[in-house]
Amino acid sequence: MANDPTHQFLVNKIVPIEIGGIDFSFTNSSLFMVATVAVATAFLYLTTTRRGVVPGRMQSVSEMSYEFIASMLREGAGSHGMKFFPFVFSLFMFILTANLLGMVPYFFTITSQIIVTFALAMLVIGTVVVYGFYKHGLGFFKLFVPSGVPVPVLFIVVPIEIVSFLSRPISLSIRLFANLLAGHITLKVFAGFVGSMSALGTVGTIGSVLPLLMTVAMTGLEFLVAFLQAYVFAVLTCMYLNDAVHPGH
Amino acid sequence: MFVTPAFAQATTTENAEVPAHDAAVNGDAVNTETGVAHGTERGVFPPFDQSTFASQLLWLVITFAVFYLLMSKVIVPRIGAILETRHGRIAKDLDEAARLKGDADAAIASYEQELAAAKSKGHAIAATARDSAKAKADADRAALDAGINEKIAAAEVRIGEIKTRALAEVGTIAEDTAAAVIERLTGTSASPAEVADAIRASGNGK
Repeated sequence: MANDPTHQFLVNKIVPIEIGGIDFSFTNSSLFMVATVAVATAFLYLTTTRRGVVPGRMQSVSEMSYEFIASMLREGAGSHGMKFFPFVFSLFMFILTANLLGMVPYFFTITSQIIVTFALAMLVIGTVVVYGFYKHGLGFFKLFVPSGVPVPVLFIVVPIEIVSFLSRPISLSIRLFANLLAGHITLKVFAGFVGSMSALGTVGTIGSVLPLLMTVAMTGLEFLVAFLQAYVFAVLTCMYLNDAVHPGH
Repeated sequence: MFVTPAFAQATTTENAEVPAHDAAVNGDAVNTETGVAHGTERGVFPPFDQSTFASQLLWLVITFAVFYLLMSKVIVPRIGAILETRHGRIAKDLDEAARLKGDADAAIASYEQELAAAKSKGHAIAATARDSAKAKADADRAALDAGINEKIAAAEVRIGEIKTRALAEVGTIAEDTAAAVIERLTGTSASPAEVADAIRASGNGK
């Protein structure tokens, strides 16, 4: 069991809850969702208590995340898109914190659960669709009709645009899920090699240096992936929100 | 798909094993899934274990909603206010710096203006002083020239007088000398009238 690389993704009940025959138990997944919220909020709140005009090191981190997302959203969706700032900021901080918490050994990685990433992706697409129709009515369909394209070409372009729009929640969720999942499995497999090779005697112990080095390198890479995937998710969210704010390309 | 909604309802709510012939008829994956005990089965890749989906969705909705509220009500206004204050402070400081620079520029401009004014005033004073000195010098020289000319003229007049007097005395001296010469030579004294006539005659004969 210890060397089963998928064991770390197993959802275990902590407080069993069942409502109307459906399992709503408080699980290790729920626990780490709560932990993610608590850690991210506590960090952002506690680092800004001093409200320094000249920021300290930790306050700069909070301010940098804020300005990073603000400029990303302003470039991606224009100044009209800034009303979604709390939403994009929440998404980014939630995913980033969840990814980074997942890097701690024995911690559960909620972003390696397809249902979690899919729900977040559907939240983004749902926001785009609802706001798009609320703001532009049927004009939102202009999203699928690029301006300045000759009519015969539209018969090819419009289906492509529709398919690409429909595949967005899938690509958005699978990208985050698969990156985190694959990274954690690889890490676990290489770390498992260290243990199983050491059990083979002296030669194995010496040889286990190689997977150990690999594990160290992979850990660095995984920290990069943890940030990068949160960033990619936020960037794509900004791009999709731009469609809701300005549908006519 | 051939199964009636009522029958499907019955199989799911009873949580019973789907009879083999019904499974063959409808082939519905959802029914077989719901028949399995939650979360404990082996062999399903954990992230794809659908029995955990409802719970994960519920807790994600709760936690993310709380997180969104915390971000939008507390954190974003908080950091926004800090950044706002800082940008305001920087803008104010820049304005203050610009104002002080303006003051300094104005001070330099007025200083240079005053310097220029003082310079031109100095030049004017020097020029008037030079002009008046020159005028005075000219006047003095003119006065001196006039005095000198007067003196020269007076001197010339006197010279002329002295000259005429001397020339007049030359005749008398000649007559006296001639009388004395005649007396010595002849032993007789000639009358002054004769001597004077003789001299005048020789002077004319020249």
